[in-house]
Amino acid sequence: MSAFPSPLTARAAPILTDNIDTDTIIPSREMRSTGRDGLADGMFAPWRYSDVDARKPNPDFALNQPQFSAAQIIAGGANFGCGSSREHAVWALAEYGIKAIIAPSFAPIFHGNCIRNFLLPVTLPRDVVEAVAGEDITIDLAAQTVACNGSMHPFTIDPEAKQMLAEGLDAIDLTMTQSPAIETWTAADRALRPWVYLGDKPKEPA
Amino acid sequence: MGHTLFDRIWDAHEVARTGGQGDGASLIAIDRVFLHERTGASALKRMAEMGRTVRDPARVFAVMDHIVDTRIGRGDGTLMKGGEGFITETRAACKAAGITLFDVNDRDQGIVHVISPEQGIVLPGLTLVAPDSHTCTQGAFGALAWGIGSSEAEHAMVTGTLRMERPKVMRVSFTGRLSMGVSAKDMILTLIAAHGAGGGTGHVVEFAGEAVRALDMEARMTLCNMATEFSAMTGLIAPDAKTYEYLAGRPYAPADFSNPHWATLRSDDDAVFDSEIEIDASTIAPMVSWGTSPEHTIAVDASVPQGPTRAHDYIGLQAGDALAGTQIDVAFLGSCTNSRISDLRRAARILDGRRIAPGIRKALVVPGSLHVKRQAEAEGLDKVFEAAGFEWRMSGCSLCFYAGGEGFPEGSRTISSTNRNFQGRQGPGIRTHIASPETVAASAIAGAIADPRDYLRETAETAA
Repeated sequence: MSAFPSPLTARAAPILTDNIDTDTIIPSREMRSTGRDGLADGMFAPWRYSDVDARKPNPDFALNQPQFSAAQIIAGGANFGCGSSREHAVWALAEYGIKAIIAPSFAPIFHGNCIRNFLLPVTLPRDVVEAVAGEDITIDLAAQTVACNGSMHPFTIDPEAKQMLAEGLDAIDLTMTQSPAIETWTAADRALRPWVYLGDKPKEPA
Repeated sequence: MGHTLFDRIWDAHEVARTGGQGDGASLIAIDRVFLHERTGASALKRMAEMGRTVRDPARVFAVMDHIVDTRIGRGDGTLMKGGEGFITETRAACKAAGITLFDVNDRDQGIVHVISPEQGIVLPGLTLVAPDSHTCTQGAFGALAWGIGSSEAEHAMVTGTLRMERPKVMRVSFTGRLSMGVSAKDMILTLIAAHGAGGGTGHVVEFAGEAVRALDMEARMTLCNMATEFSAMTGLIAPDAKTYEYLAGRPYAPADFSNPHWATLRSDDDAVFDSEIEIDASTIAPMVSWGTSPEHTIAVDASVPQGPTRAHDYIGLQAGDALAGTQIDVAFLGSCTNSRISDLRRAARILDGRRIAPGIRKALVVPGSLHVKRQAEAEGLDKVFEAAGFEWRMSGCSLCFYAGGEGFPEGSRTISSTNRNFQGRQGPGIRTHIASPETVAASAIAGAIADPRDYLRETAETAA
């Protein structure tokens, strides 16, 4: 995986339905192994294919239309990525080539999964999302702006998430640098809440 | 200014600020991690590939619930192609990681959010995460419990922490009392129908009020279960005597709850919430979804409203159509929302002495855990269900979602005690109506979406 390629200029493919759930982004039956690969083909399967088993493209779906082929940006509806926690939804989008999603709001687990996979979630008001949908736009992570047809739309992002996306940082590696603080906290907590620590209570095999 | 229960738990778990100019980001200690074979296996696999190890294996648990078969006499095999691989890989990975696994036919096996409370793994004041969106169910115990992705599950296992932005806090108060035939499922569906599937975005929701206090622990779990369908980070309920009575004597619970710590786990009377919603519980009716989002939900006796064309077309109902009387093909009782013993008892009360309609092509009861299954059998509920025409199963998530194995008949319309009516959730083309166990039972008898209150009145009159 790699950092977000800022600035990114591409056409924003419109999938403006509200409450797009992760069952739609990657149906359970398209998740065939414990790995993270081979998911792009099943991405948006119920909407993308008119015959899912035959993989027959549905011409009405934006990503099947020539002007949005090889899309890297999706302009989506509100509460994007709601439903199941399955990170496979983000893995499928990333494998397909999606680098950023612009939407009025994101479901919380999906939003976190995007950050951990360097897929940029951009939250902007609905009228702005609708205005940039279908247009050639430039997303500048450092400047926190989306440029479209001469208009500049600023967006906010948590500073740490911004840094992780910009530099392609691994969250676990980053947290491991704080191990001394974790050890200190745990030692103090163990005295306060001993019942939390289960080292002496293993489950007996059934 | 007073503190909310959420503030207390969050502040007590803040290991460090995560630096930068961040004005809300923290490193939060995680007390418990629970995995299942669907998404947990991915986390364990990546952890092993990266050469990382679990920081404190005694506080990490796993269970086979999502892909495991629910037919009586099951083994590792599944009707889902490749499903057995998830099970055998998860088993090997749990062993390698040294974490506790509730295996396929372990006597304690069941749906993660049913067995975690049964085992006393979730406790008030704890932080608990799982790569499963319905982890919010466990907030019913006054824990901060929420769903995460597989990468975050790996992070929590390896470091004992998560890097988090502090959410806002909302209080949803249910005043008054529920009326007959109305239960916790109807409360949460009412909230989502009124305030939208994105209504809780950015918030942790504390459920409070007289109607919430009156709920037993199982009903509180149903209420918190669908906080994720509200797009909240999670839901939680302050612990009370019922909470501690439920947990006393459970395998992983402490020997007693006498420590003064437990009494601090509540929101102060003068606590200020970022937002508040109040709902009069006495006005809530049995609720049934009409469309493809949980926000597409109305009272069972109401007419289908205007909505997105895609939803109307998929579900095959137009604005103005009556929901009650809509013919159904399948009835499903189960899932982390409504598969506990009290759910089965309420459904069985309606089904007792009655038969499902001849038009019903499949009717399933899938207990939430093997404990629930044994308890139901001890009470004879399995016989009530079977006599009514339902199949009685082993525990698991089953057809809450379609994984590519067992499915419902093509084109079915289902009445389901589950949490998601998304397009294709229960299979390609399957049209799902989510409702309470009472409403599922009543509809199975009628062969069409039905009001459970009609059957409960009849049962009461017969008994009188």
